[in-house]
Amino acid sequence: MDQLLTPFQFEFFRYGFIAALLVGALCGMIGVYIVLRGMSYIGHGLSHAIFGGAVASYVLGWNFYLGAGLWGFVAALLINQTTRRYRIGADAAIGIITTASFAIGVAIISRYRRFTTNFDAALFGNVLGVTLNDILIIAAVTVFTLAIIFFLYKQLLFITFDREVASSYGVRVEWIDALFAFVLASAIIVSMQTLGVTLIAAALVIPPIVTRMLTDSFSHMMVGSVLIGALTAALGMYLSFQLDVASGAMIVLVGAFLFVLALALREVRRIRRPRLESELLVPITARDLLE
Amino acid sequence: MAEPLVELQGVTFGYGRVPVVENIDLHLHPGQFAGLLGPSGSGKTTILKLILGMLSPQRGTVFVDGNDLQGRPSRRVAYVPQLETIDWNFPVTVEQVVLMGRIKQMGLLPWASRADKHAAAEMMERLGIGEMRKRHIRDLSGGQQQRTFLARALLANPDLLVLDEPTAGVDMGTQENVLRLLAELNRGGVTILMTTHDLNAAAAHIPWVICMNRSVVASGPPDQVFTPKILAATYKGNMVVFRHNDMLFVGQQPHDHTYRDLMPNPVPGDEIVKPDGTLPALSPETEKLIHSDVKEQQWISS
Repeated sequence: MDQLLTPFQFEFFRYGFIAALLVGALCGMIGVYIVLRGMSYIGHGLSHAIFGGAVASYVLGWNFYLGAGLWGFVAALLINQTTRRYRIGADAAIGIITTASFAIGVAIISRYRRFTTNFDAALFGNVLGVTLNDILIIAAVTVFTLAIIFFLYKQLLFITFDREVASSYGVRVEWIDALFAFVLASAIIVSMQTLGVTLIAAALVIPPIVTRMLTDSFSHMMVGSVLIGALTAALGMYLSFQLDVASGAMIVLVGAFLFVLALALREVRRIRRPRLESELLVPITARDLLE
Repeated sequence: MAEPLVELQGVTFGYGRVPVVENIDLHLHPGQFAGLLGPSGSGKTTILKLILGMLSPQRGTVFVDGNDLQGRPSRRVAYVPQLETIDWNFPVTVEQVVLMGRIKQMGLLPWASRADKHAAAEMMERLGIGEMRKRHIRDLSGGQQQRTFLARALLANPDLLVLDEPTAGVDMGTQENVLRLLAELNRGGVTILMTTHDLNAAAAHIPWVICMNRSVVASGPPDQVFTPKILAATYKGNMVVFRHNDMLFVGQQPHDHTYRDLMPNPVPGDEIVKPDGTLPALSPETEKLIHSDVKEQQWISS
């Protein structure tokens, strides 16, 4: 038992564990809307876009959270606007805007080669560097996101289900979209240190997809995705210490394992389900009627 | 006559440089049940979106109950979208969809109050989907799905119900049920504007039709508007109109052939059509399936 609890004796692990737990729950919560809107790629794209903002704010000497946050928010708004105004598919808009933003970061790095090590951590996650201050910021963003989702639950549900019609029922779609873009950018920024730019997308997508395969209820999907996100992150962190593997990678691998498990469970359910009468009917052709 | 509930004055709108609708003048009075007809791309859905405040006209004005919309939705109008646009795998129940209609009246909390649930339950009962409330929307028949979205719209307590092709993609029986239900709601005081491609259903169930093709071609009761000339101007094709027992039927006019000229044997390689051109007699089972009423109507095809 003592051996199992060994990692918790280290302060860096405790901080990393709490950060991962919060980030997992946060990404799971936002991920439900991302997946149901068919924008799964946005997490991947936006985290890359924010990388450009993080590098730029480092060079300009700005606060990381403010600089990268503003950059990410503007990128998310640009994606939304480009998709709506110019009738470009969301995937194409995400591809263009976020890779251009990522390229800015890479260009700055290649110009000022001295800080490449710090940005390795941004790309792949570095849980050793999590401070109490980081945890407080992650907690603040989680509480803020929770509050937004709590008070705008019905509006967000309507927009996610039937965006165009929601506006005709008086839902302020543009305003809520902008707020959601801000929440998403904030969540990605605070997740960067734990998961890294390259692995955030998985934390946003895997928990809601796993839960979606197990339930047909939106509220159950919401709760399930938060729990699975937190569980995945906590288990991934713990295993990353025990197996000496990068935390972000381990969290994603645990998520992928749960996904395979959910697939198998669904398959078992499908096989066990009694076949509907309509599935057993043989279609009648015109030829049958003529004979 | 009462003041119009909806009024479009010289409305022009386009998504690019070419206008989709041009110089539209249209009135809809309280209590009217009107159908908007025209070919695909004629601007029917654009007109609905202008009335819903989802689009702003490039020229002209849209008034709802005397107020210039200026691209803002009116609380007095509720919208039922095309069923084909719905994501049927989205994790929502019938009750959750219906409750969306009450979104402006609901409080800040994420769950529905007892009053909200009661109002939704009453509406679902009224539309005959009360027992389905906990079902996932995918598990409904076409008619039940249409009723679910109608219930959502009616829960918003609108004066005008706007429906985009409510009869598209459903079988004939469901189509008739939906149109009967709309007529019933109309008799209950709701003004209705719907688009449809089904001219025969419109002739049978909709008391006022508006034919359009980028601009309004004609409007009035179907027996005045459904003439070969107006339909040709609307659809740019030849159509024939039959009358029988005060009913109106619209059909396509064959140009220089019939389907039998094109394909005498409907099953290639299988000569089911006799050399004299007649079809074989139907099996006794099939004969039984054909209702005597249907047989009486066969004069139309002969």
